[in-house]
Amino acid sequence: MATINREKYEAVIGLEIHTHLLTKSKMFCGCSTEFGGVPNDHTCPICTAMPGALPVLNQHVIEIAVRAGLAAHCEVAPYSIFDRKSYFYPDLPKGYQISQYGTPVCKGGYIDLPPDKNGAPHRVRLVRIHLEEDAGKNIHEGGHSLVDLNRSGVPLLEIVSEPDIRSGAEAAAYVQEMRAILRYIDASDGRMEEGSLRCDCNVSVRPRGHKEFGVKTEIKNLNSFRFVEKAIEYEIDRQIDILESGGKITQETHLWDPVREVTRAMRSKEYANDYRYFPEPDLPPLIVPPDLVEAIRGEMPELPADRRARYIREFGLTPYEADVLTAEREVSDYFEATLSGLKNRKTAANWVMTEVLRIVRESGKSLAEAVPAPTEVGALLIMIEDLKISLNAAKTAFATMVKSGKSAEGTVAELGLAQVSDEGAIAEAIDRILAAETEKVNEYRAGRDKLFGFFVGQAMKAMGGKANPKVINDLLRKKLSG
Amino acid sequence: MSSGLNRLTIAEASARLHRREFSALELTRACLARIEAVEPQLNAFITVSEKEANEQAVEADRRIAAGDAPALCGIPLGIKDIYNTCGVRTTCASRILENFISPYDATAIAKLRADGAVFVGKANMDEFAMGSSTENSAFGPTKNPYDLERVSGGSSGGSAAAVAAHQCLGALGTDTGGSIREPASFCGVVGIKPTYSRVSRFGVIAYASSLDQVGPFTKSVRDAAIMLRTLAGIDRLDSTCSARPVPDYEKALRGEVKGLRVGVPKEYFIDGMAPEVESAVRAALKQYQALGASVHEISLPHASYAIAAYYLIATAEASANLARYDGIRYGLRVDAEDHNSLYDLTRALGFGTEVKRRIMLGTFALSAGYYDAYYLKAQKVRTLIRRDFENAFETCDVIATPVAPTTAFKIGEKMDDPLTMYLSDIFTISVNLAGLPGMSIPCGYDSNGLPIGMQLIGPPFSEEMILRAGDAYERSGAFTRREPAI
Ligand SMILES: [Zn+2]
Repeated sequence: MATINREKYEAVIGLEIHTHLLTKSKMFCGCSTEFGGVPNDHTCPICTAMPGALPVLNQHVIEIAVRAGLAAHCEVAPYSIFDRKSYFYPDLPKGYQISQYGTPVCKGGYIDLPPDKNGAPHRVRLVRIHLEEDAGKNIHEGGHSLVDLNRSGVPLLEIVSEPDIRSGAEAAAYVQEMRAILRYIDASDGRMEEGSLRCDCNVSVRPRGHKEFGVKTEIKNLNSFRFVEKAIEYEIDRQIDILESGGKITQETHLWDPVREVTRAMRSKEYANDYRYFPEPDLPPLIVPPDLVEAIRGEMPELPADRRARYIREFGLTPYEADVLTAEREVSDYFEATLSGLKNRKTAANWVMTEVLRIVRESGKSLAEAVPAPTEVGALLIMIEDLKISLNAAKTAFATMVKSGKSAEGTVAELGLAQVSDEGAIAEAIDRILAAETEKVNEYRAGRDKLFGFFVGQAMKAMGGKANPKVINDLLRKKLSG
Repeated sequence: MSSGLNRLTIAEASARLHRREFSALELTRACLARIEAVEPQLNAFITVSEKEANEQAVEADRRIAAGDAPALCGIPLGIKDIYNTCGVRTTCASRILENFISPYDATAIAKLRADGAVFVGKANMDEFAMGSSTENSAFGPTKNPYDLERVSGGSSGGSAAAVAAHQCLGALGTDTGGSIREPASFCGVVGIKPTYSRVSRFGVIAYASSLDQVGPFTKSVRDAAIMLRTLAGIDRLDSTCSARPVPDYEKALRGEVKGLRVGVPKEYFIDGMAPEVESAVRAALKQYQALGASVHEISLPHASYAIAAYYLIATAEASANLARYDGIRYGLRVDAEDHNSLYDLTRALGFGTEVKRRIMLGTFALSAGYYDAYYLKAQKVRTLIRRDFENAFETCDVIATPVAPTTAFKIGEKMDDPLTMYLSDIFTISVNLAGLPGMSIPCGYDSNGLPIGMQLIGPPFSEEMILRAGDAYERSGAFTRREPAI
């Protein structure tokens, strides 16, 4: 593509996020929602659409939808209905998907993204959140097309944003934040690589300053933050390029090709559908009583945005630190569990961000599997704070604990890492050194300040490296000045 | 060398089974023998499950011997081929399911099975319950036991004919717009469509989900009460099924109707109604007066819109309900280059003309740009029709009407004229639209000896009352049953 004049144009982007819900069983039958498994193992007459089978709504789904609605500041509809969305595809057993069309379970709402590099806040408004069921999966192998219905009927939330997003990076930040929220409220595992969270992006461009929207295209089925960002950036460039060369944008659906890093238009046959929505006669209306909403509101966990603000306000962390620590609920919970009895939160923040996350990254395991329990890390941090061990000794202990799984206290004792703070022992050692080095003592007293380090080194050496450096410093200063 | 046991009612047979006068196996064999004898002429069954029926009968005898068996234990029944029956072919009278063996039982089947009922076979019907004559079956029409040149009615024609011809003691049907009541009327048996949601639809192959309802065919009102008692009630597999407790319908049959207010809708006595049908129903109304009921005229002003509304709502729902027959997972498949051609060829070959007509009509009614004018408008009409009945029931307890404008018509007579065929259900359709219980009971014969049926309609969940009213009429002796020619 030629150089693109991005300054002249503004992109307008809206996202539809689809996420599997963390329920044990499917939306309308008792089959397992577990990912993977032998194809068609998690099926029954209902999710394979045998003749005469009927759906019965999994009540857990309602609770999760309400949690999502409250987390995103939506209005939870006391009454909504399910609709049938009709289209033929081999992975759609009934020939229709049970969805919500006219009356979504949640309306409106917004989420606040973490401030960008320049510190500017960004609010993305939502149009709606509705419930629907997933389809199965077509597998093409050896010249055959096969259908796996394990995923058929797995509950989904579709979260539709207003077109409040202006760039690929913002879109990625929005997906990241929404994913974090959904994970915080136990709505979704957010595993994008497994397809349990994916998104469709509606992208259009317009000359900067114009009010009307341009013609939009839809990019379907993006399953990583990186793809969201890249696909949108590509699509923005593509559209500007067309407009700049006097062309017109066609309203169409695109797929992202992650290998060639381009979007390609689907054949119109692949998506041109009149879905013929009508109310699902097999299901009663979805009634969400206000007292249920209030009960769920009372049990809502703290959300990432609130945690971020609290870390900055109460712990004195920087926005960047707060961001890193809250991005995953697991990390944030871990961090908080290290804090008990600790005065300096910053130490814990640094430790989790560097030591803990490094081990997690290197091991490729989950947080819980990769590192010692947060209380043990907390114990280690308290020893640093109480000057019982040095920072370096703590790192050594931590590395050992990662492998052995033993307690902080035990490891520090076993490795003999505890610092000596016994003033008597340290004073004795200092007295011996000062008596032996009278010449250097005189030089120091005559003004050669640099020699102070020499005395510290000697004292530390005499103590086998385990003396509390602060005690050495204090005593040395006193004795040398005396 | 017929034992004649197959001619008994359920109530009679049940009492005698429990007195050990004969065995369930003997009773079942009598039915199977009758099936073998008359099936070549009647064609009431798509599948006869002789082996399974004998096994069930043996098991029923064991339960009866052990004591404490339910009333339906050992009673041979016919099952409309729209019910999923585990292990026995379920075709819905369609080529597309011609070889479909269901992996599961419908709830109604499971309940009857739990009571120890015996299933002699899967009864013929209009394909996917779409029709009023059973001529739309991929397995040929079921003949009327009173005149083999005439239809048995539909869509549950096989079930009605089988009961009338004593091939079984009772049968299951389904009713979406009259599919139990009209064939019951044509074959001179009792057929009740309960209140929508009274009986679980789980495992009943869906035609129009908001209208379909399960119900029995029997030789007497008492038998209908006995069967309904087993069928009705909450089902966690059907979320539209009512949680209301199920009364003992048989106990409701006290035999008296004194003070009952019978309403007769003036809109139902239309041009085109056979005079013999009208006079038979009017005579039945006289009988009610003689029994101490009052009869007065009521109005259902939106009655004339019922057929139009029905054919939009039912076909719209059907167009989605029948989308699952795509040749991918079960049933007929015509292989092709790509999946779209596979759908086209499979459905073109698998579905009959009337089913295709209704799928197209329903697809059209739901299409973008037409939804408001057709589907939505039809739903509004449905509300008006429901209100008509609510208003009517302010001044009466039960509404009595003819079931159909005519008696059974000749096979082939209306096949080329779907609109005339649709009029067969003109008196029954609004009952489905309003979700009400309705029952067809025999009330006479025309000059050709063909049965005439009267319909009793009640408010929601008034099955006890309409059964009582029907039973009282039956017991009054005003009507004498004539055995069919076959
Ligand atoms: Zn299932």
